[in-house]
Amino acid sequence: MQLSLGPILYYWPRQQVADFYQQAMDSPADIVYVGETVCPKRRELRPPDWLELAAPLAEAGKQVVLSTLALIESRADLSTLRRLCDHSGCLIEANDMAAVEMLSERKLPFVAGPSINIYNARSLSILHRSGMVRWVMPVELNRHSLRGILEEVDRLGLSEQIETEVFCHGHLPLAYSARCFTARARNLPKDDCQLSCLDYPDGLPLHTRDNQILFNLNGIQTQSGRVYNLLPELREMEEMGVNIARISPRALGTFNVLEQFDQVRRGAITPTSLIASDTGDGEWCNGYWYGNPGMEILAEDA
Amino acid sequence: MELVCPAGSLPALKAAVDNGADAVYIGFRDATNARHFTGLNFNDSKALQALEYARDHKVRLFVAINTYPQSHNWADWQAAVDRAAQLGVDALIVADLGVLDYACERHPQLPLHLSVQGSATNGAALSFYQRQFGIRRAVLPRVLSLAQVRQLATTSPVDLEVFGFGSLCIMAEGRCHLSSYVTAESPNTCGACSPASAVRWQETASGRESRLNGVLIDRFKAGENAGYPTLCKGRFKVEEHVYHALEEPTSLNTLALIPQLAEIGIKAIKIEGRQRSPAYVAQVVKVWREALDHYRDAGAGFSPQREWLDALSRVSEGSQTTLGAYSRPWQ
Repeated sequence: MQLSLGPILYYWPRQQVADFYQQAMDSPADIVYVGETVCPKRRELRPPDWLELAAPLAEAGKQVVLSTLALIESRADLSTLRRLCDHSGCLIEANDMAAVEMLSERKLPFVAGPSINIYNARSLSILHRSGMVRWVMPVELNRHSLRGILEEVDRLGLSEQIETEVFCHGHLPLAYSARCFTARARNLPKDDCQLSCLDYPDGLPLHTRDNQILFNLNGIQTQSGRVYNLLPELREMEEMGVNIARISPRALGTFNVLEQFDQVRRGAITPTSLIASDTGDGEWCNGYWYGNPGMEILAEDA
Repeated sequence: MELVCPAGSLPALKAAVDNGADAVYIGFRDATNARHFTGLNFNDSKALQALEYARDHKVRLFVAINTYPQSHNWADWQAAVDRAAQLGVDALIVADLGVLDYACERHPQLPLHLSVQGSATNGAALSFYQRQFGIRRAVLPRVLSLAQVRQLATTSPVDLEVFGFGSLCIMAEGRCHLSSYVTAESPNTCGACSPASAVRWQETASGRESRLNGVLIDRFKAGENAGYPTLCKGRFKVEEHVYHALEEPTSLNTLALIPQLAEIGIKAIKIEGRQRSPAYVAQVVKVWREALDHYRDAGAGFSPQREWLDALSRVSEGSQTTLGAYSRPWQ
């Protein structure tokens, strides 16, 4: 099982991003995704800056993948994407069908990110035909769905050609909108958002009126309020044929989480003792994996 | 512009046809479509009657098979496609890559429309679907501004259909998992959002509460209009402020944009609401028919009439309407 660091979903200042990837150099991550996936207005780092940051990671033996925007609405977004596809020189994660189209036209291999809708093996094989070498399972799918897909991929003789990655830790990306909810929280229009996301390095929590954590606002993206945590399920995933576990960066604690995943994959520790301490605040969930509401928690042997 | 109207039942279909629909879209009675609600939709014999009624009135019939099948239920989607092809409907509205591939391979003569659930918001994405599956038309997600729709229309490889009226999804359709996060059922997997089976109403000391699988969506004071707890339209707390953090209960209404949409080359306007009553469908379709006819006759002299807007407001969520993402300030 390989470990990946997903793209940073939040808007961090340039220096914080640089420091983060400095730390990633010596981390157990095998694969590092870089790039902006949420909002084209986030320009602390431009595409060349991301690639520059990535260079030492590649030298340190990490596979670097450049992630792209999930919601592509304007001609400007498309031009940026086209430039990335033409010049990145590394594997690209497509998060919109626009990227799939451009990469398949250029006969370049790509990763289908979690916002590409792949719910069955037939979809997977169509994308494979178009150049997909790896997919990240949509976050709402459960282990039975995944098993069904992987068994069929096996029957199609494609299991050696398609890698499977599962989002295993972090706030789940749940939805994308035209509207910026962070700007809205400050009564600002999106066109004058004043880059409010910079003030929320882990997103902006949304609670119910009776104080239950529900969502986490991240610009135009709505995330799960709770942190998804599939550390105890790592073994099961490995048996099913999952190749990569994705850890989604948070402002604090990401490298501890990576460390724990690394120890579990090496069999150095059993995961159950770690769950509670893992996210610190106890607000975690794993419901999706078991086919339940995503926000719920189920014990491993349930 | 073609007026594409919803029908969740045969009476609703007749209401749409009788009031001036150019096309009506329906779904089968299972999870293969995005309005999989109890008591709604068409079994085989009702679908046949729907087709006959539509044909008799020279109205086109589309079938939405626009949710995402998985390994265990793939056969149901395949059967739905075959059934629609056998009926001889005028187009399928499809979202899933696998279902598109199957329909295109098995029934090459059957026109395919990319469902809004396919979530294509740009020209490159549309090209992919056009090249791979020969789609003729795409329904655009309600996330684009009017300027963006215009940009897209000038280069789109396929005809475009946009939403004109009805419930407003504020997330890019096909890429929203909020409902499954709270209830395990989502539009993509089950054709359901904030399903009624998960809704509970409770009278409490602090007011009337609506909950979705136990999660407090809203709380209403006496006299406040208590709407259905669609989870993106609740009042929540962000940094100690309680407000409609995602969206107010409101309906999309683009009647005023008819001239602009026509000028930029939009081929069809979609009315949302297969879950609505025949009376609702009749009312909304009638107004839109009048408005489109008025535009055809008056051209640049088109102006939305007071009584149309009033009639639409009366049937809107929270009696409010919005231009939604078409208007940049909304975003």
